[in-house]
Amino acid sequence: MTTMTYREAIRAALRKALRDDSRVFLMGEDVGQYGGAFAVSHGLLAEFGPQRILDTPLSESAFLGAGIGAALGGLRPIVEIMTINFSLLAMDQILNNAATLRHMSGGQFHVPLVVRMASGGGRQLAAQHSHSLEGWYAHIPGIKALAPATVADAYGMLLAALQEDDPIFIFEHATLYPLEGEVDLSAAPADITKAAIRRPGRDVTLITYGGSMGITLQAADALARQGLEAEVIDLRTIRPLDTQTIVDSVAKTHHAVIVDEAWRTGSLAAEISARIMENAFDELDAPVARVCSAEVPMPYARHLEEATLPKAAEIVRAAEGMLAHHG
Amino acid sequence: MTDTTREAIPAGQIEKDHALFLLREMLRIRRFEEKAAEMYSLQKIRGFLHLYIGEEASGVGAMQALSRDDAVVATYREHGHALARGIPPAALMAEMFGKVTGCSHGHGGSMHFFDTYRRFYGGYAIVGGGLPIAVGLALAEKALGKKGIVACFFGDGAVAEGEFHESLNLAALWKLPVLFFCENNLYAMGTALSRHQSQTDISKKTAAYDLASSAVDGMDVLAVEAAAGRAAAFVRGGGGPYLLELRTYRFRAHSMSDPDLYRTKEEIAEWKKRDPIALFQARLREWDLLADADLALLEAKIAAELEDAVNFAEASPLEPPENLLHDVCGAVRP
Repeated sequence: MTTMTYREAIRAALRKALRDDSRVFLMGEDVGQYGGAFAVSHGLLAEFGPQRILDTPLSESAFLGAGIGAALGGLRPIVEIMTINFSLLAMDQILNNAATLRHMSGGQFHVPLVVRMASGGGRQLAAQHSHSLEGWYAHIPGIKALAPATVADAYGMLLAALQEDDPIFIFEHATLYPLEGEVDLSAAPADITKAAIRRPGRDVTLITYGGSMGITLQAADALARQGLEAEVIDLRTIRPLDTQTIVDSVAKTHHAVIVDEAWRTGSLAAEISARIMENAFDELDAPVARVCSAEVPMPYARHLEEATLPKAAEIVRAAEGMLAHHG
Repeated sequence: MTDTTREAIPAGQIEKDHALFLLREMLRIRRFEEKAAEMYSLQKIRGFLHLYIGEEASGVGAMQALSRDDAVVATYREHGHALARGIPPAALMAEMFGKVTGCSHGHGGSMHFFDTYRRFYGGYAIVGGGLPIAVGLALAEKALGKKGIVACFFGDGAVAEGEFHESLNLAALWKLPVLFFCENNLYAMGTALSRHQSQTDISKKTAAYDLASSAVDGMDVLAVEAAAGRAAAFVRGGGGPYLLELRTYRFRAHSMSDPDLYRTKEEIAEWKKRDPIALFQARLREWDLLADADLALLEAKIAAELEDAVNFAEASPLEPPENLLHDVCGAVRP
């Protein structure tokens, strides 16, 4: 086991992929000479050269589309988009091409493309750099969407993504980059078909992913101090969802709170809630609760941003409320 | 580098076999499109149907510059490109009939033809959406040390899209082997070029990207063939990307549902005097390369081939609905 940051774990996975497979290359804005907007790719240009680490113009649609074309042409591109809000500039290529080409061509072509991007709030970057749009991606058939919440997953899920035949989108919550954790650098690529139970419990299931893992575990600690044992599920892969792990947990705890930094309306949290209703309705002792961001464009001022984002105390209140009434 | 002069090739510089081949390619597209329109009116073909009639010299001439190692990216008006690239008409007709034997298993229809074997990377129906794909394919060709170039077809409407500008810049910046073929038929659906572009000379737009370009009479198949050959040689020689503007005109409406109210009958009639097939036939007769019997034989062979294509499409099975979710995600089937 090696202790490193989330950022370093992604870099280690990139380095391993670049070393092991000559078809792999990294492309994006400022990934080379600058070293990556979040310093993820720092040093890779010096190590692998400009044929493997490609700085692009600010042309999200062109370089995302070029990633698709390069994948069709036999390479294994990794495209970095600086933040999820910028990915909207490439949404035509993502939805109309990357996600459709395989099925639309009758299975003749496939797009083994990995796209990484930072997402989420908490850094006072206001309304054009802070959103959590992963749920939009989770809506799209033809792609897979991953949200590693731990340092080990940051490493292992990227390696797993590179073994897939489909377009894979990896959402890296920007507040996680400095997070430290342990990684087994010799481990096999992660299993990206399963959610993980980060903390076992019997009283309530807290379901989350990505950047909300921290506050969810804090909430579980707070509940434990009151004698309430929360089970924490880290979805890890948000498309396709591992419904079984969620249903099995709810069948045990009979209570569920979904924590999702995205806006509530039409969210991934809504989808999970529907799946629980469809698959475990009889197991529920209380309506499913959701803790999501307030439905506003992300404000700049610290107190307003804090008021917008989900908080551990809200998760605790939601769990306490349902356990008090129905426990 | 703009060169709009008509390129006269004196008689004798073109072999009869090649002349008849080019004529056959264009006629085949014309008759295929007429058959497609007929099948549309019989409701055998549904959805959108964008016909290429009038533009045959453009696609046929351009395609002569490509080898089998090259890749092709096309648009939703791609029947002509697919035929000129060698995809059998039966596979195309079956595709438009929605049959599993179609070139995209009935998943794509008229706007989305694909063929791995012929490196036909698809018809793209979001205007401009194919250009970044072509850039990426060229990046792969270069990185893998392959010799192919990527031919990317799009229309005058696409030059208004951001993806046109982003892609030209990227291709020129990285000196990628892309041959951009802009088929300028003067209309972005119903909006005339002069009503959507401040600079209507499309070949001039590449100056902003230091990307080589020229324009050619897209109604003259020999001129297109010659210009495309030179452009392809430039790209193959490592000169970077090239844009060839093919000045053409579509004789039919934008699609089967277009009442064609945005242009005059006089304008259409004027362009029809320059029908690329009639022009070429006249020239071949002038050069004594085409006899009535040659033409009759060509027409008969094409008619038989298209009859077979329709019969094949009609008789082909549908994809079983239980296969609906195949090829969305997951391990690729061998």
